[in-house]
Formats: sequence, structure tokens, C-alpha cells
Amino acid sequence: MTSIPNSILTLFAGILLTVVSLWYGYNNGLMPVAASEEATHVDALFNAMMAIATGLFIIVQGVIVYSAIMFRRKKGDTTDGPAIEGNIPLEIFWTAIPAAIVLWISIYSFEIYGEMGGFDPSAANDMHAMHGGKNSAMAAEMPGMDMKSLEGMTASGIGASPASQGKEAAVNVNVTGLQYAWIFNYPNTNITAGELHVPVNQEVKLILKANDVLHALWIPQLRLKQDTIPGEITQLRFTSNKVGTYPIRCAELCGGYHGSMVTNMIVETQENYDAWVASQIQPAETTGSAVMQSTLASIESMNPATMPTHEYLAPYAREMGVRTEMLAKLVRDQQAKNHIHLDS
Amino acid sequence: MTANISLPPVAEQASPSHGHGERRWQDFFTFNTDHKVIGIQYMVMSFFFYLVGGLLAEGIRTELATPDPDLVDPALYNSMFTMHATIMIFLWIVPAGTGAFANYLIPLMIGARDMAFPKLNAVAFWMLPPAGIMLIGSFYFGTAQAGWTSYPPLSLTTAKVGEAIWIFSLLLGGTSSILGGINFMTTILKMRVPSMGMMQMPLFCWAMIATSALILIATPILAGALILLSFDLLAGTAFFNPTGGGHPVVYQHMFWFYSHPAVYIMVLPFFGIISEVIPIHSRKPIFGYGAIAYSSLAISFLGLIVWAHHMFTSGTPAWLRMFFMITTMIIAVPTGIKVFGWLATMWGGKISLNSPMLFAMGFLSTFVVGGISGVMLAAVPFDIHVHDTYFVVAHLHYVLFGGSVFGIFTGIYHWYPKAIGRMYSEFWGRVHFVMTFVGFNVTFLPMHILGLQGMPRRIAMYAPEFQTLNQVCTWGSYLLAVSTVPFLINALWCWFKGEKAPDNPWNALTFEWMTSSPPEIENFEVLPVLTTGPYDYGVEEEEKLATVAG
Repeated sequence: MTSIPNSILTLFAGILLTVVSLWYGYNNGLMPVAASEEATHVDALFNAMMAIATGLFIIVQGVIVYSAIMFRRKKGDTTDGPAIEGNIPLEIFWTAIPAAIVLWISIYSFEIYGEMGGFDPSAANDMHAMHGGKNSAMAAEMPGMDMKSLEGMTASGIGASPASQGKEAAVNVNVTGLQYAWIFNYPNTNITAGELHVPVNQEVKLILKANDVLHALWIPQLRLKQDTIPGEITQLRFTSNKVGTYPIRCAELCGGYHGSMVTNMIVETQENYDAWVASQIQPAETTGSAVMQSTLASIESMNPATMPTHEYLAPYAREMGVRTEMLAKLVRDQQAKNHIHLDS
Repeated sequence: MTANISLPPVAEQASPSHGHGERRWQDFFTFNTDHKVIGIQYMVMSFFFYLVGGLLAEGIRTELATPDPDLVDPALYNSMFTMHATIMIFLWIVPAGTGAFANYLIPLMIGARDMAFPKLNAVAFWMLPPAGIMLIGSFYFGTAQAGWTSYPPLSLTTAKVGEAIWIFSLLLGGTSSILGGINFMTTILKMRVPSMGMMQMPLFCWAMIATSALILIATPILAGALILLSFDLLAGTAFFNPTGGGHPVVYQHMFWFYSHPAVYIMVLPFFGIISEVIPIHSRKPIFGYGAIAYSSLAISFLGLIVWAHHMFTSGTPAWLRMFFMITTMIIAVPTGIKVFGWLATMWGGKISLNSPMLFAMGFLSTFVVGGISGVMLAAVPFDIHVHDTYFVVAHLHYVLFGGSVFGIFTGIYHWYPKAIGRMYSEFWGRVHFVMTFVGFNVTFLPMHILGLQGMPRRIAMYAPEFQTLNQVCTWGSYLLAVSTVPFLINALWCWFKGEKAPDNPWNALTFEWMTSSPPEIENFEVLPVLTTGPYDYGVEEEEKLATVAG
């Protein structure tokens, strides 16, 4: 009886493995909507890695299951298996192939990181901003700092994508993370809001700072995340290309209500965005929200460590008008907790 | 095959150097310097803490069954995951791997009568119970809530008493770990029987050299970070406190300089255990002894230069992100060498699917998933999306549970007959494996999707769209909890009532199987002489002698 030669079977298995891996890698559907050009690049990298991962997963699990079935010891067989102690060419093969794969992923990641704006010379790779003496000075004056003075300053994070490097972003937003809310301030119009409104297809630059502890601004649909660090400025630049409402979540543990530090990014058409800006400026002139602005500024200049949490959070709760119930509950809980701490 | 030492049936050979005669049950509860007693002390203590940490995990999963924080206060929730991680790492996996197995096995494997520094060994162990009691006791004062990473400024502003206790417990644990590392390194390098060269050592010893090197280089940095943090916390200094001009990111560098190598401290000993177990139960020599031995050293070295991949979204510049991406990617290569070596060892063997082998195969199966997601996480653009999400939670549990904990159970079943002198129940061992394997995957596989979809980690309340998958995870975790029951019954019942174990139930070739089960107080009647390589299964007798001579 003749059977199919092993080499043919191996070849067929190899083709099947490749097809299945590629199909799953590029159809995994595990990522949320991609709301920017850069997010699609990240997804392409993810899909490529998923294809490789699927192939590797099937090979390893396949060998384990195959061995468990085919190479089981027969009952009563007490002899040993073949004394194969190694195979140098095979070992070189499975050293070289993974090395080549990870090298390729590294180069690919490098490229994508560049397209995202990671190598913007005004941003991430400026060591001076990281370790320079500026930092400590910055930290000292941080609480009352005028955010405008930071424009053009370097900060780690994701900078401008290569096409728009050296240009000013269309919309600048100063973002402050604090327990447990995000405050968005638009320096050009002096709007302060609890949600991030941005126009579609326009480059947005977020200047990030933190008032109290570490936070991290994460917008899953943009595949972007950056820690906000007390005493340091970080940044994110992006251009969203899909109208919609996307969650902004805090991704760095910041306390008990870390999980509720959630707000929205509203990507809207230029007209809707302009209308929103107008609606925000209008009441400012009529109802004296400018006073509120200065209140906010003075609050930010206070040291949260020296005052009760509820007192210091109250203006934000009023200002934001969102999640007031949650903030009210938070104030109660914080008070209760403060009590415990004072007691202990 | 096994007749490489003579075992005269004489009763007691009084030990001239140590002077303790017969083993008494009281020895296990006192300051005893016998490495085997200390090994079992480590194992039992760490298993107790595994149950405590597991209980906390079940609390966390129950809280996460619903999107609202309705089970416990969110601050307590933070304490729970902080303690869960701290206990599982510092009081379960590290002491079980580097304490229990290394202590018990190293002297037996190299033909020594005890560790190089027996008193130091006992001191190292007895530092851990106070550390554990302090940690658990700190629940009374409001436990640390800043995560096991304890990043300032949060760690400086919440639950200060708990945080201080947490720091001192970790300092105790770290010191214990350093003392252990010194001991293992010295013992392996200096106390082998004269006939055993480095390349004839069991691979577990190679793994422990690599682990000890990491402990000795990295742990002092953690101690430094924690001491500075305690100054910030208690003395009002500002090393990391931004309000005084300090820099929180510096702490992150110091912390991860230890805590990434700690991942390898937690997994290298189990690479060693797997390298012992797979050849024995496949009846084949290990595939590529040299490659597996040296890849441990390579992992150890590379493990020291990958720490900042935990900080890709911190205040880190682009060049640093790229450098650490590449080093992290490279570490997949020596790890791959091991995995493929183990697979090739099984291939064409005569595999017994008993409990240790099942857990070893389970280890391979799940650890590979963690390894693959690890390479993905190293890619900076992707990591920026999933950093600090449930994708990372899934990844780290595939490495530390799918890797280390499966490795611990592999080791427990494999050496149970030797250490206890009785056989465990194979049936209940297999039941334990199936429940653990299924429960583990049901718990942690869906977490990958949660993270990709947008669920951050360390949160007590989450968006309702994530509820279904979270409930799957929670049910899986209950199965995982129940899976410890057959193990506990099996281990405890057989400790007293199990069938008497022969000296060498697995027909293995390493020295620990050449003495009685359990081994006598000074391990060997007569010190064994090497007559075969450690994995010469299926090798003709003359060739075995040749490999030893060569």
C-alpha cells in the first residue's frame, strides 16, 4: 500500500497553517473602531502580530496535543525513547526564525511609531525636557502655572505626525487630570469643559498635566495613551477622522474612584464644533463664567494636600455639570475616608 | 541504570557535623537548619498565602461581576488587588520557586549534605512569616491601596499606615530573597560532588544560578527604592514627591529595575523544573542541554535591560521607548529556544500522562500564550493602546499563573513521592489538572479582549458593555478556586495515608532519586558518584560513562 509522502503532507499543513493564521490575523475584529489614520496603522501592526501569533500558537499547541496522543507510552512498556540529545541545525533554525520575526516586528513598530508622531523632534525624544533642570523649576511653580507659557515647550508623549511636524496644531487643549475628573481648557477661547470637543480632520494637540497623582489619558478609539505626571508636562497630538463620541478613560491607578474617571471625546464637524465653541463663549460673557474661570485657576493653584477633598472638589462638580451624582457620592465617601484616616 | 551508588541497609548513620538525629514533626515548626525541612516550610507557608491571595482574587472577581462598585468600598477594592498581587508575588511564587524547590532540591541534586550556609537559610525563611503577618494585619489599619507597584504620589497620599507596613514587609521579603540567592549561588558553585562538572548539573541548577544572579543584582535596587519611598512617606523628603521637586518617574525606573527581573525570578526556577520533568516522563534526553542551560543565563542578562517597557506611556522619551522595545523583543529568542527544546524532547518520546507531566504540558501551553502576548506588548505603538488595561492583566496571569503556578504544581507532584515518602493519588491529580487548566483559561482568556476593547485595569467600576465577558471571567475564577479542593485533599490525605513511595518511582537519573524517600537527614548514606549524565534516557550504559568522562 502506498501512502502520501510525508513531505507533501508537511507542505500541505504549512500552507493550511499560513492561510488560517493570515485569515485570523486580518479578521480578528478584536479592536474597537479606529477613529484616526494613526489608529489604522496601529491596527495593521496588531493584525500582523496576530497573524504571526496565531501561527505560532497553532504550531506549539499542535505539537503538544500531537505528542500527547501519538507518543504516549504503551502500557507495560518500560523502555526508554530514542536517545536524541540535540540537533544543531534545528536549534540554529529555531533561534534564527524567532530572531528574524522579532526584528521585523521591531522595524515595523519603529515605522508605525514614526507615523504616529513619536519621533517629533519637538516632543518625545528631547532628553532635555525629560531630565533637564527645567523640571524641578517647573515642579516648583507648577500649581499656579500659566499653561500658555508652556506652548512650544518640549514634552514627552506623541508629537506631530511627520506631515505636520513644525506646524502648529489647529486646536490646542490644556488637559488637567485630577482625582477623579478631566478638565479641558482651550487657551485660545478660554473655554473650560468636562468633555473634549474636537473638530474632525483637524490636528489636535493636548498638553497634559496632573494636579495630584499620576493619571493616564486613554482614548481607545485613537489607540493613544499618555500618563499625566504632576510636575511634568506631557503631550498627545492626533487628527481624528471619524465623527463620533468616544470614551476617554483614566488608565493609571489614581485612587478609589479611578474607574469612574471617564468622560467623552466628541469628534464633530467643523460647523458643529464652531457652534459648540460659540455656545460656550456666549454664556461666559452674559453670566459671568469668566469669574468661574478665575475661580478654577485659583483652585488649581491650591495644594490639594492641605485642604479637605470635598471642599477642593466642589467647584469642579459645579463647573462640569456632568456626573454630579457620582461626584456627590464621591465627596461623601471621601469625607468618610478622611475621618478614618484622621482617626488612625 | 539506577545502581550508581550502594545503599547498605544499615539503620542510622549518626551525622558527625550536625548532630540532629531522627526527623521529628516538631522540626517543621522550629528554627531548623536542614534544607529539606526549610524547603517544606517554605512550600507549606507559601501555599497558605496562595489561598489567602486566591481569596482576595475571588473577592475582586465577585466585585467585577457587575459594572457598579457594589460589593466593597472602592478604596477597599484597591487594597484587595494591591494585597492580592503583593501576596501572590512575594509570599507565594517567589518563596515557592526560590525558597521551596531550590532549597529542597539543590543539595540533593548536586550530592551535597546541606546548603552552604544552613543557618542563613533558616534565617531567610523565618523572615517571611512576620512579613506575611504584617501584610495581612495591615488590613486592620487600612491597607496599602496604591497597587503592588506603589507609584508615588498616590502611594504617598493614601492609607499611609498601610503603605508603611507594606514597605517594611517587602523589605523583609527582599532581604530574605537576597540571603537565599547568596546561598543557592554558593551551594551550586562550590558544593557539587567532585565528579559533577557544570555541564553535568541538572538544568534546575542552571536555572537557579540565573535566578540567583538576578536576585543579587536587582533586589537591592528595590530595597533602595522602597527606603527612599519610606523617607518620602514618613520623613517628608521629596525624592519622588513632586510637591517638593521630586520626580515620580524616577521611582518607576527604580521599581521596575527590580520588578521586571522579578518576573524572571518568578519563572526561571520553573523553566528548571520543566526541564527536569519533561525528559523523565517522556523517557528521552533533554533536547539541547547546552542551549537550555545557556539560554537561562541569556534570559537573566537580558532581563536586566528591559525594565522600561513597563513605562512606555510614562514620561519617557522616544529613544528610550525604542531601545527597550528592541531588548524586550530579543528576550523572546532565548525563551523560544527553551520552548522548542521542550517540545522536541517530547517528540518521539514515550510520554506518561501523569499529573506532573500534565501540569508541565499545561505550563507549556499557557506560558506560550503569555510569551506571545509579551512580544506584542513590547511593540511600542501597540503597547500605548493596551498598557494598563486588561490585556496586560491577561498577559501577566498567563505568565505568572500559566507559567509559574503550573510550574509549582508540576514540581509538587513530581517530587511529592520523594519529599513525603508516599505516592499521591493519580486520579485526583488529573482531576486537579483539568479543573485548573479549564478554570484558568476561562478566567484569563477573555481578559485579552476586554483590554483591547477599552477596559482599564485596577478599576472597581466599568462600562456596562464589558459585563458579559467579565462574568465569564468571574465564573472561571470560581472554577479555579474549587480546583484547589482536590489538590488539598490529595496532598493532605496522601501525606498520611498514601501508598509508600519507592526511592525512585520515575526511574530518574538525577541524584535526588538515588537516596531514600524521604531522604535521610544528611541526604546520602554515602555521597553518590556520577555515572551518567542527568538525562541519559535510552543511552547505552557504555555511552553514559563516556559522556561523564567526556
